[in-house]
Amino acid sequence: MQVTHQIGDDFLAAYAAGQLPEAFDLVVASHLSLCPPARERYDALEALGGTVLESAPEAEMSAGSLEATLARIAGGASPQPELARTKTCDVLPAPLRDYVGGSIESVKWRPVGMGVKQAILPMSDGASARLLYIPGGAEMPDHGHGGLEMTLVLKGAFLDGADRFGRGDVEIGDEDLVHHPVAEAGEPCICLAATDAPLKFSGWLPRLVQPFLKI
Amino acid sequence: MPSGPSDDADWAGCVRRIADVQDRAAFAALFAHFAPRVKGFLIRSGLGVAQAEDCTQDVMATLWQKAAQFDPGRATVSTWIFTIARNRKIDILRRHARPEPEDLPWGPEPEPEQAEALGRQQEAERLGAALAALPQAQRELVEAAYFGDLSQSEIAEKTGLPLGTVKSRLRLALEKLRHAMK
Repeated sequence: MQVTHQIGDDFLAAYAAGQLPEAFDLVVASHLSLCPPARERYDALEALGGTVLESAPEAEMSAGSLEATLARIAGGASPQPELARTKTCDVLPAPLRDYVGGSIESVKWRPVGMGVKQAILPMSDGASARLLYIPGGAEMPDHGHGGLEMTLVLKGAFLDGADRFGRGDVEIGDEDLVHHPVAEAGEPCICLAATDAPLKFSGWLPRLVQPFLKI
Repeated sequence: MPSGPSDDADWAGCVRRIADVQDRAAFAALFAHFAPRVKGFLIRSGLGVAQAEDCTQDVMATLWQKAAQFDPGRATVSTWIFTIARNRKIDILRRHARPEPEDLPWGPEPEPEQAEALGRQQEAERLGAALAALPQAQRELVEAAYFGDLSQSEIAEKTGLPLGTVKSRLRLALEKLRHAMK
């Protein structure tokens, strides 16, 4: 599998910095699970986080802070062993399986017309994420403009103009992009789409007010 | 006693001593260096002073508890602590764990290779030098991106630069840093 549309450094840095809304975190984490070259670029951006931490303005710790921390350690439970999250052949990479609560078989699809189905994933902040199932040859749901949208292909492919997006590829749409994605003829296309919600959020991304996928 | 960012190899030694013999002196040295930086980072990212203190103690306690999982072949101690602090901050703000990619970066590996650890260390030194060498405006953009205290639109507003210019400057800065690591 060759991922041809990788997420750019700006979004990878925002993910490394912990500055993205949860829905976009989920897209980036899933993309990094499917795209080793992006994963390598990402590791370098986490290293940059360590470098920036070294240059962080120091804030004095409270008196007795070290002792308080040692007391926490003494009183704390022994560490949980990290769960192994090895690769599987499922359509959904591990971060998505955590949200769905299982494999692709566990997704609770809701029909939204024309054979298209969706499953909305619960998010704790403003941006939203959903899985989309689009029959081969069908048009992707209509897109509003004026927001930021990330679409990660999990199965099948979609075409947008001259570009083809297959498993692991991400298309990023913003106010400047007018696009008409269509699922490739043949097998259905399953993707993860994250969009800004009409809520404001501070931090990395420009504030955007338009809800995005009007399904 | 290690005292600066260029001594990260010693920091890795401190973490190993915590894992091997629960060495409190090693922990105290790490605490003295990193806790104020973590607290400063958290305050700049928007936590209140009391919350930042509490969260920093949590982060440092996690460092002790997970010391055996630290792999110097994958990252430097400062990068490792950065990821712990970042994730803890997200847990607090969202009450939901941050989605992490598969094949977790901090999984235990039997024998971290010395050469790889050294490579990480040298890479971090080059990166630190490259960050310091960036023109001030670009360095500030990179720092703002990681501290998260100013959005790109806020930076654009503050500096009077178009948003597109802010974005392309940051990309340029990241490109330079990436080049420095090769």
